[in-house]
Amino acid sequence: MAKIVIFAALFVMYLLYSFTVYTKGTENNISVSATDQLKIDKGKQIFQQYNCIACHQLYGLGGYIGPELTTAYSDAARGELYMKIFLTAGGRRMPNFHFIKEETDAIISYLQYVDATAVTYKRP
Amino acid sequence: MSTQKLFTNSYATRSAAKAFLVLALSYLLFGLLLGVIGGFQYILPPFLKDQLSFQQTRPLHVYLVITWIFTAAQAGIYYYLPGIANRPLYWQQGIWWHFILQLTVSLFIIISFFLGNFGGREYLEFPPLLGAFILLSWIPFAINFFFTLKPNYKTAPVYIWSWSTGIIFFFITLSESYLWLLDFFRTNIVRDVTVQWKALGSMVGSWNMLVYGTAIYVMEQTSGNNKPARSPLAFFFYFLGLINLMFNWGHHTYIVPAAPWVKNVAYVISMTELLILAHLIIQWRKMMRNGRKNYHLISYRLLSYSDGWIILNLILAITISVPAWNYYTHGTHITVAHAMGTTIGINTMLLFASIFYIIKNEKAEVPEKRKTWIRKGIIITNIALVIFWASLLGSGLVKISGRLNNEAFYIIMQKCQPYFKVFAYSGTLIFIGLFILIFLALKILTAKKEITSAGL
Repeated sequence: MAKIVIFAALFVMYLLYSFTVYTKGTENNISVSATDQLKIDKGKQIFQQYNCIACHQLYGLGGYIGPELTTAYSDAARGELYMKIFLTAGGRRMPNFHFIKEETDAIISYLQYVDATAVTYKRP
Repeated sequence: MSTQKLFTNSYATRSAAKAFLVLALSYLLFGLLLGVIGGFQYILPPFLKDQLSFQQTRPLHVYLVITWIFTAAQAGIYYYLPGIANRPLYWQQGIWWHFILQLTVSLFIIISFFLGNFGGREYLEFPPLLGAFILLSWIPFAINFFFTLKPNYKTAPVYIWSWSTGIIFFFITLSESYLWLLDFFRTNIVRDVTVQWKALGSMVGSWNMLVYGTAIYVMEQTSGNNKPARSPLAFFFYFLGLINLMFNWGHHTYIVPAAPWVKNVAYVISMTELLILAHLIIQWRKMMRNGRKNYHLISYRLLSYSDGWIILNLILAITISVPAWNYYTHGTHITVAHAMGTTIGINTMLLFASIFYIIKNEKAEVPEKRKTWIRKGIIITNIALVIFWASLLGSGLVKISGRLNNEAFYIIMQKCQPYFKVFAYSGTLIFIGLFILIFLALKILTAKKEITSAGL
């Protein structure tokens, strides 16, 4: 009986913990205008549609054959223009996806937003 | 000291369980092949770049090897269930529904990857709708498990608790991993990434519960001693494992700007992780009598190798769980080394122990020549995995050094090339070693005539 009680107690704790993580634990202080939010959503959708995560990482999620992109936007050695070149023409490893300008801009907006949230990533 | 017999296991159930084993081994074979291709794409960037890019090989490899793990565990559970419950399987046709659903979903996923149709989420890179069908395919399995066993959890051994937990949490975590479809999660990157890590971390825990439960059951059967699986110590470690499954995921999120308490909880818990199984295996090896050890030699060897990998991965897991070090190791191949050591060194060795235990039950006599090849396969796999594992650590350290020196990504990649070569070649050797095991297991499982000669 004790085992069942321990399991039930842990399960309730897990549910409460999950709810807290979904709400208070992951609040985001960055405010985005409705227009920008649409662009960011579009960028995220393209990022997933082309499975960019297979080669690139965001917050540690993803493959390692391409560079990590969480802070690529603010990285002095990379930045917006550098990313646009790869998005437009591909690279030695990166396929050329033939993105049109609107798609490239949307992906950049998404990565800019990710970069803005990466406070702990930049300063551990 | 008695252990369960498999006498109530009907021919139909055994045949269906064996069909699942064949399916699981096929996943592993193709998953490994895709892994080898992906490995060579690291050292030869133009290799199949236009026909089968890394954008496709990686999700194919990941999907197939993950599916190998839970399918092999499910096959074992189907096989063992009637013997443990001492009654026939509750829904015989349910196994075939499960089989057909899973095979269909797998084919759709593989085709969608080849066609470049992605969902673009780490580990679950297929379109989201197919995730719903994966959940659906698990329903017949859950029905058969709970209704055949009708578990009395007051007296049930620890492996029944592990399997039950694995099934329940697979449903929870797979559903949780699709919360991003809701605006509340999708539009907040911190929430989205944190919940994704949370769901995936616990999902790994759920199939580990299936694998560890299987390993404990095989240990009980091969040793002939059913006391350890019912001991208070076994349950202490089970609950420690359950706490890890529920709360340990957070060590993946040290770099995510979630609340600090999420990371603190994770760090404390992650320190306990692999001790759980290491303790149980060490205990099992102590009580194993020589006669039974020789009778189940192949399963014994596989379980022993997994023991070594538990120790290596324990050291690595503790190291990368320290927040100050995790900042540097995350996003490097050191994390991959941990994943490979766990999935190949521990899970795959344990699952092959279960497969060869089933083969032993089905066909007690196997020719000496095949036994020799099985031994060679196990040794090649483990030696190659040590080299593979070390090369991943090496390239991870090079990447850390490159980051600290602010080197450009392509410079770091160039410096990693020697390690990538070792990684690709040793990966091929792992493929060869496991291919021997897969080929022989498939040959024995699908043989029409009974094989006769010396014991396995």
